[in-house]
Order: sequence, then structure tokens, then C-alpha cells
Amino acid sequence: MSDIFPKWTNQLPLMAGVAGAVLGLTAVAGITYFVTPKYTRVGYQPKQPVAFSHAIHADQLGMDCRYCHDDVDKSWFSNIPSSSTCMNCHSQVKKDSDKLQLVRDSYASGKPIPWVQIHKVPDYVYFNHSVHVNRGISCVHCHGEIQKMEEVYHAESLSMSFCLECHREPEKFIRPNELVTKLDWKNEGFDGKKAVHDWKVQPGQSCSTCHR
Amino acid sequence: MATTATRATAAHGAGGKATKHPHDVPPVLRVAEPPAELAREALVLNNRSLGWITEAIAGICEKPMPKWWWPVFLLSAGGMTMMFSLVAYLIATGVGVWGLNQPAAWAWDITNFVFWIGIGHAGTLISAVLFLLRQKWRTSINRAAEAMTLFAVACAGIFPVVHTGRVWYALYPGFLFPVPNANAIWPQFRSPLLWDVFAVSTYGTVSLLFWYVGLIPDLATLRDRARTLIRKFSYGLFALGWTGSNRHWCNYEKAYLIFAGLSTPLVLSVHSIVSFDFAVSVVPGWHTTIFPPYFVAGAIFSGFGMVLTLLIPMRALFNLHDIITTRHIELMCKVLLATGSIVGYAYGMEFFIAWYGGSPYELYAFKNRAFGPYWWAYWSMISCNVISPHFFWSKYLRTSPVFVWVVSIFVNIGMWFERFVIIVTSLHRDYLPSSWGYFTPSWVDVFTFVGSFGLFMTLFLLFIRFLPAIAISEVKNVTPQADPHHPLGGAKGHH
Repeated sequence: MSDIFPKWTNQLPLMAGVAGAVLGLTAVAGITYFVTPKYTRVGYQPKQPVAFSHAIHADQLGMDCRYCHDDVDKSWFSNIPSSSTCMNCHSQVKKDSDKLQLVRDSYASGKPIPWVQIHKVPDYVYFNHSVHVNRGISCVHCHGEIQKMEEVYHAESLSMSFCLECHREPEKFIRPNELVTKLDWKNEGFDGKKAVHDWKVQPGQSCSTCHR
Repeated sequence: MATTATRATAAHGAGGKATKHPHDVPPVLRVAEPPAELAREALVLNNRSLGWITEAIAGICEKPMPKWWWPVFLLSAGGMTMMFSLVAYLIATGVGVWGLNQPAAWAWDITNFVFWIGIGHAGTLISAVLFLLRQKWRTSINRAAEAMTLFAVACAGIFPVVHTGRVWYALYPGFLFPVPNANAIWPQFRSPLLWDVFAVSTYGTVSLLFWYVGLIPDLATLRDRARTLIRKFSYGLFALGWTGSNRHWCNYEKAYLIFAGLSTPLVLSVHSIVSFDFAVSVVPGWHTTIFPPYFVAGAIFSGFGMVLTLLIPMRALFNLHDIITTRHIELMCKVLLATGSIVGYAYGMEFFIAWYGGSPYELYAFKNRAFGPYWWAYWSMISCNVISPHFFWSKYLRTSPVFVWVVSIFVNIGMWFERFVIIVTSLHRDYLPSSWGYFTPSWVDVFTFVGSFGLFMTLFLLFIRFLPAIAISEVKNVTPQADPHHPLGGAKGHH
């Protein structure tokens, strides 16, 4: 064979094996890290038209989430408050602030403030807010510690595995229903298993639970 | 292996030499030559020498291709390009470009899948089952039939992957293969669709390895005959340093036998599992226990049909009549006759059980098959599959290559219609008349299927161009020259 193959070709199988392993591992690691929602979504923080601070409103002032997002426990959709909700207070508080000019314009004209949507599930996913917040699943699980955010960013991946993590073991995430909007709640002795049983929490795991 | 070859050549007229035994064997130990009417026809005609066999087969991939090759290749490659363009169109747009609807959510896609997968079975039967049964006639056709198997599996694999629409999920771990993934999902092991993934991928892998192992001695022959460095290097690379030493042959024979053993159950299992895709469901017309044997017989029937469709022109165009003889064609026709009869019996039995079983839904599904809106598909299937193989009761017809070739085309058509009938007529009208529908293919359906023949033919033409289309070393093995006890055998200067 030596007239066809020079000596270095003895190394070919080894070289091919090493190259294949390196390429394969790089591809797997690269896709796992860069292509999943953990990378593509978490940290997304678009500039909003009005510099609304959840930290001031939800944490410092201690307002309940449902003061503004008042449909979250009645509807599949968690509504973004209209500017008239803002004006309930801001007609008196900081009523001349430049930062609130857009809110006052919107209130006067009736045209909504063009907020930039951050959290969004794909078209082929059905998600219902009310069924979650009425069974002891807090805002904080999906939206992160929103009461600490000056500007809202995408804190969790909201990937399929993220949803399934809780659907498979709801007792680890459930809390007293009246405390779903108490964002800094710490579990001190609440029996999740009992709650799941008593409230008949049956999170589906079949495809059609979410992909309807 | 001695007896057949000995008798064969003796009958074929090796002249007076056959009566004079070359070795000094005592007369009591000599076996009398059989009478001429019991002698079998030789597997290689005209008493061709070993050198002639090498030259005839290896020569095909060494000389420039004949004139017809390029136009046929360009046509096939054009078809293949068309298919891949339409697949890209589907991936970019969605499965709606096909004619699928509710209730017929499977139609041409799965029909084509089962059609192509079925064709592959002849290759495995010839290469594995006939090897274990010591059927020496397989040697002339097994290489091309195995290649056909691989190319058919390649065509088949495209359709189930593409029909999911979001193909990246089909290929992505978690959807088809049990690999931990970011979606935290796991395949459903109770689903025959998953068994199918394993059945087909095992089938593809084992067939490829079996084919490759068989190729090694011939690749070494091509390497040794090669005149350019590139040919030497590439054939040499895949010949794995084969020198034809005794140890190499020992290992080779063992490996080949092991692969034959591994492949044999696959002949039965793969299409059984494909039939489970239907039989395990509760759709009337699908939910029947006859499906696995019926599908396997149909697969072998369609596969031999395709082998004949390919090999009859190949042997004519490359003048291989001495190696792929009329007897080979005749034997394949007998397989067609046997499996075609099984298929015809299964069609009848399905109807009988539909009546005897007493389920009104089942009975309706079969009435609807034969007399419903798809009656034309059903009767095309019956005419091609039930009637056409019975021509082969006649020896005259099964030894006329042109006639056999025409019938083999009808077998291919009939077997495509069989899958179409099973899938579409069962789905389009099931339990609820309110959800009945009708399936009509879109132009994308039609041209994707036509293009898959382009892919198949492109691969087959490249195979003929670059690899020995007949197993050189195996064919030599069944010649009298390879038999040391034969007057022509051993190193006695007869070849």
C-alpha cells in the first residue's frame, strides 16, 4: 500500500475521529447554549416610551400588581393598564413631570402608549394567566422579581422545559392563593402537596394542554 | 458448494474433460455425474473465465460511461433538484402546500414513505436471506439490489421528516430520538411511530454496513486496477488495506455471515413495524392483524419489481447477459408470483374479515375502498397487483425480459396504489359522516414524488459509474474455476 498512501495517512483515522468529536461536541454545545431561549430571550430589555419603574410602584409604594393589571385573575390575558389608570394618581402626584408627558398626551387623545412587549409565548402556545394566579402560582415565577426592576427585562426563559418543570411538580411552586402578588414571599412551612390535592390542581402534560 | 458448480459445467459442455477426474481418487469414492436432464443451468454462461468477469464488471466503472448515461443522469439530477427545491418551498411555507386536509392528514407523504421503504426489502432479502439459504444465484444481483435498498431508504426518509412541517424539530433531539434536550420532552415509547424511527434507522445502518463489507474485496480490485492517483487513493481508502490474504478472507466471511444474520430479521421486522403505524391505531381499514405479514409480502413483491425494473435495462445496456442470465430473471419472477399471490390473498382476506368480523365501520371502510369515491385507485391496485404476477405461471412469459420489465413497472404502480388506498381511503371517511372529506393532491405533492425518482436514479447512476454493480469476488466464487475439485478449477492454467 505504501505506493499509494504516504506514511502520514496512518494518522488519518485518528485525525478524522478527533476532528469529528471536536466538531460534534462544538455543535452540540453551541446549539445547547446559543439557540435555546435561555440565550435568545433572557435579558431582553427594550427601551420603553415611558420610564416606568416597577421598583418604585410595586416595591417602594407596595402597590398590588392587580391595581394596574386588573384583569390578570379574570382573563387569559394580563392587561397593560390604560393611561387613565396612571392618571388616577398622576393627575395629582408629579402632575407636571416631563417624564409623564406621554401619559398625559395619551390620556388626552385616547391613543394608547406604545409599550414594547417583552414577554411573549409563540403563536402555537396557549397560556392562561387567570388559571395560574387563581391556583397559587405567583407572577414572580415567570416574570422574575419584577418589584426590583427599574426597567423590566425578560428574566426567565419561558421555554417549554420551563413550563414543564412546574407542570410536572406543581407542589414545589404553589403558594397560598391570596399571596400570589406578594412578590417577596418566602415559603415557611406551606404544604404544597396538600394545596395541590385540596385545590384539585391538575396541570396537564399532554401536547394539547398548551398546543391547542 | 462443489456439487452444483460441478454438475453445472459438466452439463454445459466442458467436453470430455468432465469425465476424466483430475485427482487420484479411488473409483469407489467417485460420485457419478448426474443425468443431463437433472443438471442445473450454469450461473455464469459461456464458461467465462475469472479474468473476463473482472474485466466485464470492473470495466464498467473504468471506461467512460456510454452515451446514454449523461442525458439520463442530467434528467435524474434535474428531478432530484426539483424535489429538494419543493422540499425547501414546503419548509419555508408549511405543509399546507400539499393537499393534506382534515380528515386526510396523511396522504401522498406517508404513501411515498411506505412505497420507498417497501422497495428496499428486496435488497435485504436477496443479500441476507438468500445468502443464509445458500442460493448462489443471488451473487449476480445482490450488489445492485442492496444499493437499491440504500437509495430507496434515502428517498423514504425524506417524507416522514418533511411531513412534520417544522423539520428542525423532527431532526432536533427529543422529537424523534431520545436525547436530553432544551424542551424537556421525551419521545413516546408506546407509539409505533417511534418504533418506526428505530426500525428504519437500524435498517438503513445495517444495510449500509452490509453493503460496504461486501464491497471491500471489490474495492481492492478496483484499487489495484486503478491508473490515476486519485482513483488509487479513493478506492484504496475504502478498501481498508485489503490484500486478499487468507486471514482477510476468514474475517470477511465471518463478518459477512454475521451481517446476513443481523439483516435477516430486519426483512420481517421493518415492514411489520411500518404496518404498526396503521394497525395499532383504531381507524377502520387500518386496525387489522393481517397487516404485518401482508405488508412484508407486499414489500418483497414491490422490491423485486423494482430490482427487475433496474436490472433488466442494466444488463442489456452493459451487455451483462452472461452474468445476469435469463435464469436470474426467471427466478425473480417466481418470487414475484409467490409474494404477489400472498398479497392477492391478503386483499381477499381483508374483505372476508370485514364481513365476518361484523363491525359495520370495518365493513363500510372496505365497501368504500372498492366502490367509494376512490374506486379507481382500488381497481388500479387490484389490476396491477393481483392480475399481473399471474402471467408468470408461464415459463415463456417469465423468460421474456421485455415482458417481465413491463410487468415489473405495473407492480411498482400497483404497490404505490396499495399504500395510497390503505392510507387515504381509510382516513377520508371514518366513524363520523360529518367529518368525511376528500383528498386531492396539490402540484407540490405530485412533483415532490416524481422528483424522488430523480434522487433514486441519480444515486443509482452514480453507483453504476463508480462502484462495481455486481459483486465480482462473489460471482467468481460460484464459477467452476473457483472449485479446486472441478476439472476447470484450481491453478491448472485453464483461466
